[in-house]
Amino acid sequence: MAEEKKLFKVTIDNITIEVEPGTSILQAARMIGGDIVPPTMCYYSKLKNTGGYCRTCMVKVAAGSTADPRPMPKLVASCRTNVMDGMIVENITNPAVLEARKGVVEFLLINHPLDCPVCDQAGECDLQDLSYAHGTEGSRFEFRKRTFERIDLGPYIQLHMTRCILCYRCVHTANQVAGQREHGVLDRGDHAQIATYIRESLDSEFIGNVIDVCPVGALTDRTFRFKNRVWFTKPVEAHRDCPTCKGKVRLWMRGDDVLRVTGRKDQWGEVEDWICNDCRFEKKKVSDWVIEGPTTVNRHSVISQGHYTGIKKPGETFEPLMHRKPKLLMDIHAVSNVNKVDLNNIPGPATGKTFNGDPLSMGNNPTDVKEGVGRNMAGTDSTNPDTP
Amino acid sequence: MGRKLLLDKAHIEGIRNYDVYRRNGGYAAVEKAFKMAPADIVEEVKKSGLRGRGGAGFPTGMKWSFLAKPEGVARYLVCNADESEPGTFKDRYLMEFIPHLLIEGLIVSSFALGSNRTYIYIRGEYAWIVDILEQAIAEANQAGFLGKNILGTGFDCQIYVQRGAGAYICGEETALLESLEGKRGNPRIKPPFPAVKGLYDCPTVVNNVETLAAIVPILNIGGEEYAKIGVGRSTGTKLISACGNINKPGIYEIDMTISVEEFIYSDEYCGGIPNGKKLKACIPGGSSVPILPANLLLKTVKGEKRMMTYESLADGGFATGSMMGSGGFIVLDEDQCVVRHTMTLARFYRHESCGQCSPCREGTGWMEKILHNIEYGKGKMSDIDLLWDIQSKIEGNTICPLGDAAAWPVAAAIRHFRDEFEWHVLNPEEAQKRNFGLAHYADPLEVSVA
Repeated sequence: MAEEKKLFKVTIDNITIEVEPGTSILQAARMIGGDIVPPTMCYYSKLKNTGGYCRTCMVKVAAGSTADPRPMPKLVASCRTNVMDGMIVENITNPAVLEARKGVVEFLLINHPLDCPVCDQAGECDLQDLSYAHGTEGSRFEFRKRTFERIDLGPYIQLHMTRCILCYRCVHTANQVAGQREHGVLDRGDHAQIATYIRESLDSEFIGNVIDVCPVGALTDRTFRFKNRVWFTKPVEAHRDCPTCKGKVRLWMRGDDVLRVTGRKDQWGEVEDWICNDCRFEKKKVSDWVIEGPTTVNRHSVISQGHYTGIKKPGETFEPLMHRKPKLLMDIHAVSNVNKVDLNNIPGPATGKTFNGDPLSMGNNPTDVKEGVGRNMAGTDSTNPDTP
Repeated sequence: MGRKLLLDKAHIEGIRNYDVYRRNGGYAAVEKAFKMAPADIVEEVKKSGLRGRGGAGFPTGMKWSFLAKPEGVARYLVCNADESEPGTFKDRYLMEFIPHLLIEGLIVSSFALGSNRTYIYIRGEYAWIVDILEQAIAEANQAGFLGKNILGTGFDCQIYVQRGAGAYICGEETALLESLEGKRGNPRIKPPFPAVKGLYDCPTVVNNVETLAAIVPILNIGGEEYAKIGVGRSTGTKLISACGNINKPGIYEIDMTISVEEFIYSDEYCGGIPNGKKLKACIPGGSSVPILPANLLLKTVKGEKRMMTYESLADGGFATGSMMGSGGFIVLDEDQCVVRHTMTLARFYRHESCGQCSPCREGTGWMEKILHNIEYGKGKMSDIDLLWDIQSKIEGNTICPLGDAAAWPVAAAIRHFRDEFEWHVLNPEEAQKRNFGLAHYADPLEVSVA
């Protein structure tokens, strides 16, 4: 007979939940869900020993436990602090936490290039979401930002260190998933960088996962660079019989073309299964895959625009809790003109005309994938003169 | 004349060698300790009230008693000799001139804690001291105080010296353990604390060089006798490395009964400020602790004399007090510029931040850039408030204390010397030519000590 486990009662922002001992505050908050979940940039539940670095998930522990109800003196990283029985945690109900989080966002952005208009990660970037939700509109940083040269780590991955926020996720991925690590963090302080020491390619057959775990556009897929914006592509779940991995992937389609293959990400932006390089970079024909169906996209995500209609909105927890409307969260359907056009109807890229009265007009994108021409398998980059 | 326990034999010719050290009563503590039970030694250290000399001042006996003792798992003692704080050089003196004192303390502590493999993690820049320590360890091995079956008790112990590669962050105990394991010196996230999961995931105690050396006199004179020296909870003697604008910079052993005023002005210690200048400010415990202006340094806000003790230096909190820290006593006379001084410290912390957590990584660089602007005549008034805001967002929000250590000097400089920052902003050209006499320093008019 299974022994009954003692559950810990933890209260996060006045919502009480019972969780198993050994759960972190962040995981408990994710079980509750909604607006009280602290944002994370470096924590990745699928990897061991991640978290604690970015400091965006900091919360106030107002009472340590029933046995020792003293508050913790400092804000704690919720991803690396385990719950105790009777713990009371304040996240969005504590102004000091929000203030500290604002400070962290500002710190993360001072050396970030903010080149979202030309960044492939835009639209699915954790840092973008974080700065919209918690950042300030301007920066007080008046100095030259730290910059690095772009480095091609082999045929598939490009490293753009300037955008990196040093979350260490890719280092942990290489250690724990890829089996071998050929890159790491060099130097220290604000001149620390992800590098291979001597410019090498990353060759492990699972190394492509570092692209998925990267919260910003520092590690990008060279077979997808500058092909399309993520919000013009349509995510579809698919699978294939793969000898190395489970083969459960997400295809990013434009018309009938597979532009990109990634792992399936859950609602916290974490991949469900690691996929191999073969699936990710080489299988870019629809015939390679068995399509399961469309992906459920968070309605706040810019990716959801125009693709799906008639969604039932989930309930809000923010307003009943805080007695005010959320400040920066917005529903993309309410404010954007884009969603009034069904982009599925046109096979090419949308232009200004598409949204101004002519929903079937489309532009002619020279890098758009057409049969026989334009498929850029070498990952060369027309905007970068250094690559052929 | 204060009582000397650590440096009482420092003047003896050839004390660095085993024979001379042994002839002068060396290794008596080991012989005494090996007749006691390990738990009794820990009890003795608890009774002595010894507090960690590395900076935080945590009671050593308590730290030792927290050490987890699971069956069949090795325990480690690690000596933190990664002394990199600007202004602190006491451990260097101890290791360079009386290395056997540290080795003796290490043997006793290893026995008390049950550590069969003990490590000295030494700062990489102290390259020549490694040779001195290695020689001392070899001599102790020869004499039978190290190795297998020491003094016939069946206790094995070996000491290894590991050089760091020149990183201030590796003085933080968990970063030190990471570095000792051969990894990148990034601080670990606590809990678990090293006493439960330290070196190679085994229970570990990390202590400063001076703390471990102080174990020897505690064993020799007894914990209760040791606790009688000093005031209140500041027991025993403390090494202070004094530097800056004083007549006699150097290492002084104080018994924590003297006042700050006596320490600066008496001929026995620092010998006053040279060239007839006045005292402007002082950092009493190494570069990380808040700077204090002269009026708050010599007297607390309550009007009491400030003493060289843990409690008295911390009196008034960070608003009007400072910290004992690691004992790096830096004195600034009226010719020194606090803005320039703060900029130098900010540059140091920017260079030494490990880059693991974002507030410290990005914030230290930002603070240095702003301070650089103010110092070189490009500052704005709003920069001072911005600096204050940045430091408040770094402090307490980082994994390890380096973030706090980077924020405190900037906070204290603005708190006490804001007028000097403002003067720099308003008079950019003059500020670069002339950098002194701005903040209202308060030199005591009547100095009571000769």
